[in-house]
Amino acid sequence: MSNENRYIIHATNLVKKFDSLVAVDDVSFHLAPGECLGLLGPNGAGKTSTIRMVYGFSPITSGRLEVFGLDIKTAWRRIRAKIGVCQQDNNLDPDLTVLQNLEVFARYFNIPRNETADRALQLLKFIALENRKDDKVTSLSGGMMRRLVLARALINSPELLILDEPTTGLDPQARHQLWERLELLQENGISILLTTHYMDEASRLCDRLIIMDHGKILVEGKPADLIHSYVGDHVVEIVDPDEEVMEFVNTHGFLNDLLDRRIIIYGEEGDGLFDVIGERLCGKSCIKRLATLEDVFLRLTGRELRE
Amino acid sequence: MRGNPGIGNLSWRFIRVWNRNMVVYRKIWFVNFLVPLLEPVLYIAAFGIGLGALIGRVNYHGAPVSYVVFIAPALVAITIMYNSFFENTYASFVRMYYQKTFDAMMTTPLSLEDIIAGEIFWGATKSVIAAATVLAVLSCFRLVEYPMGLLVLPLSFLGGLAFGTVGMIFTGLTPSIDMYNLPIFLFITPMFLFSGTFFPLSALPGWAQKFALALPLTHLVNLCRAFCLGEPAADLIWSVIYIAVMFILLFPVALIVMRRRLIS
Repeated sequence: MSNENRYIIHATNLVKKFDSLVAVDDVSFHLAPGECLGLLGPNGAGKTSTIRMVYGFSPITSGRLEVFGLDIKTAWRRIRAKIGVCQQDNNLDPDLTVLQNLEVFARYFNIPRNETADRALQLLKFIALENRKDDKVTSLSGGMMRRLVLARALINSPELLILDEPTTGLDPQARHQLWERLELLQENGISILLTTHYMDEASRLCDRLIIMDHGKILVEGKPADLIHSYVGDHVVEIVDPDEEVMEFVNTHGFLNDLLDRRIIIYGEEGDGLFDVIGERLCGKSCIKRLATLEDVFLRLTGRELRE
Repeated sequence: MRGNPGIGNLSWRFIRVWNRNMVVYRKIWFVNFLVPLLEPVLYIAAFGIGLGALIGRVNYHGAPVSYVVFIAPALVAITIMYNSFFENTYASFVRMYYQKTFDAMMTTPLSLEDIIAGEIFWGATKSVIAAATVLAVLSCFRLVEYPMGLLVLPLSFLGGLAFGTVGMIFTGLTPSIDMYNLPIFLFITPMFLFSGTFFPLSALPGWAQKFALALPLTHLVNLCRAFCLGEPAADLIWSVIYIAVMFILLFPVALIVMRRRLIS
């Protein structure tokens, strides 16, 4: 068997059009078993359109998309039986209690009733909501609801978990709680496809990242590799740079972004950027820090506001 | 998915959607029962006793019957129409649009067609429960002939499917929940008044009688009245066929408009 046959997701020349708008424009990618793949991109980049095709919610316009080696066009029911999805909206069932949300959802997968009860309680324990099992979901906090959405997505013991902005709108405590649970799932071998706007989330959870914009893939790679190849190792930001700074940057050929009132200089390992800046050029306000994924993201997708 | 839409995507799994609605219904079963339990009592009091005293007797198939006997079966027919129509308009819209229940279901092995079928069959189930409740109330006033009156129950399921399907088509088309006023004003209210419900169709001019025969509720009322009074006639089979054909023809339309609305 070739590697391609073992991919959890294998998308080739995937296209999604809404009338004249091309939301996903000839995208190819794969997800290997046990891997966490992150899709990053500004609003409207095509992330959600892409993952909606993966779970058979949105029909593909052209290209080929296989999940578990099955064609999404024909085998979507079998595929959905083995995936768990957390959509962007908190679409828990407000007419049902916490426990009923899991039990009723299990019925959609044809999971027998006697298996459901154990599994649902197990999952409530996993997300630390077992003492809220008979409460209405509307009484839960945002973080609890998000955890319950995750538990609901796990009710069918999926091999692939699809998360569309899982921690948007959560406070730091709730985010870390969710991350810890996702990491536990990863240790147990689950594969994850995730979209996020948070670079720290992507760096922490994802083995590999795809940065998208305008429906196309810009770059793909491991978080550390992307940082290293696109913005180097460390960064100096100087507010209101004077001529001496500009001359220094130009003569040494440092990669930089000149904004309205700020210059961002990207340095390689061992280039002495920090030392020179620190001794000679650091004016009233300068920041020295390590290069991050956010630098990569902003360099590649630009700094203008979207939508 | 687009390659094989419509009926082809329908599976018996639709029963899971039906089950979800049943779980919710049972949580507030008392309130759910109260309306079909009390509403016919109010109608019987107002129309049967109040108005009936003024009207006296009404001709039904050439024989005079009391006004309350005349309208009682119409109350069952209206209950059937209302329960499924309102379930598959307002209630389905809330689940679809505000609660995003359908979106969550579509991450599972349920197809959109399963979901819509489950909703429509649930609407019909509500019609059956409500019709049975009304029938029980009317029986207390000795307004139902048995065993013939029991035929109302399977009829209420068929009628519920037909009117629920119409409601679901409006749900597929309506831009907002407020816009349901329009089909209710143009479709439901005229039927409520002019389908041989509160006065015999023979009171209408000839052209209006013909028009009334085109209304589905007229056929449902005719059937309910025949079953409740225990006087079935052979030509009533055409009313059954009318309602069945209405459901069979409109059901695929409901699936198509909902697919257009929700899948992109």
